[in-house]
Amino acid sequence: MKKGTRLQPNLLIGAAISLLVLAMALLSLVWTPFDVTVLVVGDRLQPPNGTHWLGTDHFGRDIFSMILVGARTSIAVAVVAVGLGIGLGVPLGLAAAANAGSLLDDLVMRGNDIVFAFPALIIAILITAIFGPGAINAIVAIGIFNIPVFARLTRGSALALWPRDFIKAARLAGKGRVLISIEHILPNVANTLIVQATIQFSLAILAEAGLAYVGLGAQPPMPSWGRMLAEAQTMIALAPHVAIIPGLAIVVTVLGLNLLGDGLRDIFDPRMRGRRP
Amino acid sequence: MTRFVLGRVTMMLASLLVASIVIFLVLEVLPGDPAAFMLGLNSSAEALQALREQLGLNQPVLARYGAWLSGMVRGDFGISYTYRVPVAGLIADRLWVSLPLAIYALTLSTLIAIPVGLLAAANRNGAVDLGAMGLAQIGIALPNFWFAMLLVLVFSVGLRWFSSGGFPGWEDPGAAMAALTLPAIALALPQASILARIMRSSLIDALEEDYVRTARAKGLTRTQALIRHALRNALIPVITIMGLQFSFLLAGAIIIENVFYLPGLGRLAFQAISARDLIVVRSVVMILVFAVIVVTFLVDIAYALVDPRLRQGRP
Repeated sequence: MKKGTRLQPNLLIGAAISLLVLAMALLSLVWTPFDVTVLVVGDRLQPPNGTHWLGTDHFGRDIFSMILVGARTSIAVAVVAVGLGIGLGVPLGLAAAANAGSLLDDLVMRGNDIVFAFPALIIAILITAIFGPGAINAIVAIGIFNIPVFARLTRGSALALWPRDFIKAARLAGKGRVLISIEHILPNVANTLIVQATIQFSLAILAEAGLAYVGLGAQPPMPSWGRMLAEAQTMIALAPHVAIIPGLAIVVTVLGLNLLGDGLRDIFDPRMRGRRP
Repeated sequence: MTRFVLGRVTMMLASLLVASIVIFLVLEVLPGDPAAFMLGLNSSAEALQALREQLGLNQPVLARYGAWLSGMVRGDFGISYTYRVPVAGLIADRLWVSLPLAIYALTLSTLIAIPVGLLAAANRNGAVDLGAMGLAQIGIALPNFWFAMLLVLVFSVGLRWFSSGGFPGWEDPGAAMAALTLPAIALALPQASILARIMRSSLIDALEEDYVRTARAKGLTRTQALIRHALRNALIPVITIMGLQFSFLLAGAIIIENVFYLPGLGRLAFQAISARDLIVVRSVVMILVFAVIVVTFLVDIAYALVDPRLRQGRP
């Protein structure tokens, strides 16, 4: 299929961007050009230059260093939140599919409907109202929202597998529902889950930025892209680069993850090729 | 159809009930009690007692939940602790900003997405398609609040076409719409990108169906078949997504309101959080969840009206 070859660059660009952001996050653990917790008021709002590659913010902090550390915050929140969604959602979906039509199945699906009625932002508002703002709350809010996504997807994909011959063979061999779910269903839905995880990961990064922007996410002094934008807002006319750079970091990261997700989908599911550019 | 609607209504009411229990319980598990939480550490015993009385904290949990629920059904959300006015009035005022904003954004998003999706599908893999879908990829990756800031930078700070924030009220509808225009564009564009992609892929699916081939065989041009036959069928998934997007837009409006200093539900919620006014927080959350559940219900019904097959399948 000729269309398939056209889409290959998507995967490469997506993977390259994703790895770059990951590398930036890891790099920030051992080295940043400047210390992001040190305020140098004399250097405030410098435009990009030789010393400060991306300029400085209103406290004189080096924006490039903050972007590096912000990548770490974004990735950490997204990894844990999506992990929470997979860790709880996938077993629920497998169990629901293994007992299709049972009370358990009904409970899982109706529970999902209820959770879907609470967008991540609303969950975050509720949690913050009680426990105060913080990165953990952002993780929980985004994570809870991810559970039904993975539960539904797993259940749907697993349901399609249960009537297949190789599952029947496994049942004839005397394997129970739990064992079949783990040994035969899970490996066969893994591809779909990986693609979805990539997409949820990019959504989680957007959500984290949004929560941090309205003050419900990571708290100072931990740099986060969303909060950098919130702090830049009042200075947008004075020093546009302070507002533009963190936003670009978010867009490029999310774009990279989406391209990676689309590319993976094309590999795992060739029928989709050319449908979703 | 009646059975289908009744089933959906039951589902909706059950969802609302469960959602209200969840919201109620979440605020019940507060460390200490809500009155102590709202007043903070330096509260006097009398003030604490008065607030407990006002919140009805001296009554059992079940009675309080019942009172809250029956109050809401009657449109009574209690008295705000910080504003000292009925919460229902506060929310109604703010809804007049958030709701029009979400509807404005949904309208813009639809007006952009449907023609773009149609053009892209009609020119599948052509230059228009690749260009439009490339832009859509970027649109999906845009955080709407950052896009909003860029709009302010260009159209308020640079060109001075719009004010950079605030809301003049609905006495002057023209000025009110102007104040909501940049926020609506910021909300609409990322959603329009998603919608355009769905429009395109569902049109492409429809174009491969037998009825389109039949239409072509009886002499319709590709464009005619696209408009007359494929479009109607392709709109079904688009309607579903639009319904889902409305709840996203309403929630998204909460964040965008912060960029433009709009006095909507979002600002109300954040002010209430920092003032620890749990009565307002609880009510705003309930209203938003109510909106999401009701819109989902309406989409289900609309879906069944458009596609008769769905009425039979599920109760």
